[in-house]
Amino acid sequence: MAESNLIMVGVNHKTTPVEIRECLAFTGNKMEDSIERLVSFPEIVEHIILSTCNRVEIYARVRNHDEGIFFLKKFIADYHGLPLDELDRYFYCYRDFQAVEHLFRVSASLDSMVLGEPQILGQVKDAYSQARTLRATGLVLNQLFEKAFMVAKKVREQTGIAERGVSISSAAVELARKIFEDLESHSVMLVGTGEMAELAAKHLISYGVKTVYVASRTFERAASLATRLNGCALDFETFKEDLHKADIIITSTAAPKFIIHKDVVEAAIQKRKNRPMFFIDIAVPRDVEPEVNGLENVYLYDIDDLQAVVDANIKEREKEAEEAMQIIQREVTKFNNWITSLDAVPTIVELRNRAEAIRRQELERTLKKLSHLSEEEKNALHQMTSAIINKILHKPTINLKRKAQSQEGPHYLKVIRHLFHLDD
Amino acid sequence: MLKVAFNIALFSYLGASIGYFGNLLYRKRWVSVATTSLMGLGLVAHTALMGIRSSQTGHGPYTTAFEIAMFFSWIIVVVYILTELKFKIQDLGAFVIPLVFLILLYSAFLSREVVTQETGSVLWMTLHRTLSILGYGAFAIAFAAALMYLIQENQVKSKKLGMMYFRMPSLEVLDKLLDRVIAFGFPLFTLGFVSGSIWNTKVKHDFFSWNLEKTWPLIVVWGVYGVVYFGRMTVGIRGKKAAQGAILGFVLIIVAYFIHV
Repeated sequence: MAESNLIMVGVNHKTTPVEIRECLAFTGNKMEDSIERLVSFPEIVEHIILSTCNRVEIYARVRNHDEGIFFLKKFIADYHGLPLDELDRYFYCYRDFQAVEHLFRVSASLDSMVLGEPQILGQVKDAYSQARTLRATGLVLNQLFEKAFMVAKKVREQTGIAERGVSISSAAVELARKIFEDLESHSVMLVGTGEMAELAAKHLISYGVKTVYVASRTFERAASLATRLNGCALDFETFKEDLHKADIIITSTAAPKFIIHKDVVEAAIQKRKNRPMFFIDIAVPRDVEPEVNGLENVYLYDIDDLQAVVDANIKEREKEAEEAMQIIQREVTKFNNWITSLDAVPTIVELRNRAEAIRRQELERTLKKLSHLSEEEKNALHQMTSAIINKILHKPTINLKRKAQSQEGPHYLKVIRHLFHLDD
Repeated sequence: MLKVAFNIALFSYLGASIGYFGNLLYRKRWVSVATTSLMGLGLVAHTALMGIRSSQTGHGPYTTAFEIAMFFSWIIVVVYILTELKFKIQDLGAFVIPLVFLILLYSAFLSREVVTQETGSVLWMTLHRTLSILGYGAFAIAFAAALMYLIQENQVKSKKLGMMYFRMPSLEVLDKLLDRVIAFGFPLFTLGFVSGSIWNTKVKHDFFSWNLEKTWPLIVVWGVYGVVYFGRMTVGIRGKKAAQGAILGFVLIIVAYFIHV
């Protein structure tokens, strides 16, 4: 099974506190340096180092599982100048199909802190391309990682793992886009200049919102935020008169009481001829009177409402993750079949070499006795004997490759090796 | 032949209805493809059905209740397919095609007796029926869009964001769709109404000889859609109110069908 001894050794946000993780990261030059060092060790046939802020993992093909795992742990510890005894409890290790499954889960963002977050796939891709550039990978890891990217894409497309926003601002943007289709022709008003309000506004702007109004009790702060957001500052005393100009209103003032009341919104919505308004109230205590949500074509979400949406979305992503696992398991099986079919390759090569050796031996012996033959006739004999060997071995070769992917694979290989005395 | 075409159309629409709902809930590529294929099959069979019926009766399919139901559902399918192509909202089918199926199923219980065409001006009568049914077709689509709007609106308002919230289009898109189909249907329906009165006048030689008992629901229908149509620009009837109007209007059309035909 020397072809497919896959292992993975690593630490992540679940097993290891950040103080340790940051010490183990392969950042900047360390990455290139460590890849080159690992290339020079004969124990490691191929390897890829994945180092992000949430995980440090090394995937490798090795000559021996146990020795390989120990070697990699020691390498990580020694490289960062830390004692292995202390680090050992943080490591998790996987072999063969478990390592394959783990990589597929990581790439598809099922192992991330925020399920379905999109960055991890890019990080895995970077790790792969860096290792490939430095010639640290070969047949098996190349195939494994290409497959992992495909699986990640499949999971993204076929499940809802990344469909729903799992932060307050992304949930708010999603809501805005369910009320107003395309945000480009819509405007946003910020009442108060809280950090989260700014974040939500930026998120909305990235989705195309062009017109931004900012009102704050201190005009300077409104003006400075308005400049940053390319918007226009409003006087806090009179901003309510302009309320009808805004489609989305984000409030985040420190006011102890409601500052936007139902009657004000009612007047605004009338001026707007009932075009919808969306209030996002992330102030605590709240800024917008809850009764506002009772007005037709007005939608009001406070911070708790948004949090509830986020919680529900996280639960939904967890449900989708189960479906994603089914896709992953199917792909792990396929990959395993491929990798076990590699085990047939040495046997096939040996079988052919054995046959070729016999052919040459017998041909030589025969040609000695037939010294009167011309070169042309000798060549003809060469060709004929080669053709016989090829024809006899053609079907067994194909069947062996195919069977090697099945459960009976090892048994088949054993029988062939025994019948042809390949292990002598 | 008529029976075969009828059954193929009926069961294709049943299958497509299930398919549209399945796709709304589970979003599977193969379901979407299968549904579109069933819709194609249904439309071909439905069209053939009308051709066969017309060749049997020797006139267009709008004389008996059976023919009108058949023609009406066919128009809904055609208007729906055009809407889907333009607005790219496949989920609308989940609300439109069951309606088509129900109308066709209902027509299965109607008499298939062949009735010769009424006397009077064939031109005005044909005009009246074609325009009216086109208008009704558009209103059926508006009805479906309104249902979707109310479902989506209720989810956003009540803050209970279910599966449908994520799958269905935004309120703005649904409201726009509602506006467009009513803007398409209302003038046609009005012209259908006018041509109907002219036809009636030609037959009875008196413009004011309407049978009010039969026509009052249609006048109410016209009024409801008129308010929805003109109300948007003038007093801002949009969103929920417009959707409610479109649903009320369509319910009245169903009532009118039973009184008028």
